[in-house]
Amino acid sequence: MSILIYAESAEGKFKKTAFELASYAKNIAGQTGTTVTALAINVADASVLAAYGVDKVLKVTNDKLKAFNAKAFADVIKQAAAKEGSKFVLFSSNTDSLYITPLVAVGLEAGYASNVVALPESLEPFQVKRTAFSNKAFNITEITTDVKVLSIGKNSFGLKENAASATEEDFTPSLNDGDFTVKVASSEKVSGQVTIADAEIVVSGGRGLKGPENWGLLEDLASALGAATACSKPVSDLGWRPHSEHVGQTGKPVAANLYVAVGISGAIQHIAGINSSKVKVVINADPEAPFFKVADYGVVGDAFDILPKLTEKIKAFKAQNS
Amino acid sequence: MKILVCISHVPDTTAKINFTNNYSAFDTNGVQFVINPNDEFGLTRAIWFKEQAGATVTVVNVGGPDAEATLRKALAIGADEAIRVNAAPADGFFVAKQLAEVVKNGGYDLVIAGKESLDYNGGMVPGMLAALTGADFVNGCIKLDVNGSDVTATREIDGGKETLSAKLPLVIGGQKGLVEEKDLRIPNMRGIMAARTKALTIVEPIGAEATTKAVKFEKPAPKSAVKLISPDNLDELVNLLHTEAKVI
Repeated sequence: MSILIYAESAEGKFKKTAFELASYAKNIAGQTGTTVTALAINVADASVLAAYGVDKVLKVTNDKLKAFNAKAFADVIKQAAAKEGSKFVLFSSNTDSLYITPLVAVGLEAGYASNVVALPESLEPFQVKRTAFSNKAFNITEITTDVKVLSIGKNSFGLKENAASATEEDFTPSLNDGDFTVKVASSEKVSGQVTIADAEIVVSGGRGLKGPENWGLLEDLASALGAATACSKPVSDLGWRPHSEHVGQTGKPVAANLYVAVGISGAIQHIAGINSSKVKVVINADPEAPFFKVADYGVVGDAFDILPKLTEKIKAFKAQNS
Repeated sequence: MKILVCISHVPDTTAKINFTNNYSAFDTNGVQFVINPNDEFGLTRAIWFKEQAGATVTVVNVGGPDAEATLRKALAIGADEAIRVNAAPADGFFVAKQLAEVVKNGGYDLVIAGKESLDYNGGMVPGMLAALTGADFVNGCIKLDVNGSDVTATREIDGGKETLSAKLPLVIGGQKGLVEEKDLRIPNMRGIMAARTKALTIVEPIGAEATTKAVKFEKPAPKSAVKLISPDNLDELVNLLHTEAKVI
């Protein structure tokens, strides 16, 4: 009956979202009088999960699972859910997790709610709040099946320390060749940079920055803040920045703690994509820019003047508070 | 190669989102509907395969008669034929079940769907369809090439991209990158005329149970007014971010 969470990891370490997921699962376990089991694939030290309320860790160690493979990972999770008799199987809203969830839902004959942003509104019937219409609205979804799959949006619940004493158990799922028919040929990953998906802070630039040659100013601020950089759709369409940095309704969603928009007017599609961020700051020369309507803090002025100054202020602040 | 492109009929990205019947249903009043943008990138790539490699392209939608305008647009862009499964799209699983039946009956080699629709954002139909039909699956696909039955597909990962090799039959959850924005096609007059005579077949749904239901909707709480900070007083901004917003 234990609630199963898939504790996503990269290079042998849990992602921070795994701890938020454990915190969320612990709360539901408390309400339903059950426990939390985490599935960890190729993570040597899983003890850290106990701090967030995980009661048991199923540890899978298998070289075949070194590279992510959606079908194989889904297969492992289905077997773990069956072993634990889980009525809830929970995921973070990460790229890889979202690749797996529909496969797991079909395999477990489970109803699936994605983009969940809060604890269940009700357990019987089971209803949760999720974002819909690209963050322009919320939707209360009822899952009518016995087994339920949820993916939880980043920063929608937060980390709650809840020390438990987790037992660890080696788990050896059965894998078959049919799981590995999609193969990784190559991957390109920017190393040493904060990704938009993982970033707590995102600094984003729009056409107001006038050209790709001015991006250094934005990158300086991002590096002072420890932030990822992003851009608006026109900037990526113009080829000033790669598509992978485009955030918005048809680009990447951002659910950061802090989103800083520089020279971005705030088209409805852009706002939809970044609206799950907690705190929004806008810097724009045009006081009528729609972004000011959705921002928490705004500075009206010339980005070329403000960016270097703000970068210096942040550096000074960091030096003082480190 | 037989390609099936799954088309969602969704509100235009600029649409204002409102609800009726005490927040239980989406208010379609005055809303312009379009081909779901993630699907449109896939459709355009499918048409490229048709032109370069002689593939046939079928588009399918699970929905009511109002979705036919969107299917006709897909035909005008260049798809060969259209299928509408005559049912309200109750949830992602229900839609995937209907599509799986279409795939089974049509013997498609490649199924391209958008990774998510911009209305319910479930992000589940392509994966569920793959699981139901037993086909392999690539999600978040930003580049797709087919050579015989060998597929090379690139997907977006956190902080980069990953290139995968796979074989047909395959289901793709696609997005921007399958083609560039500038390569999207606006139907021309010839295409629109041709679309009128192309087959749009209506099939009845198979029996399938939805696994979820949308109970009600909410709009985000109104936002309090922005706090404006003078560009000459950026210390205040840093201070507010630290002490009030607590984000640095």
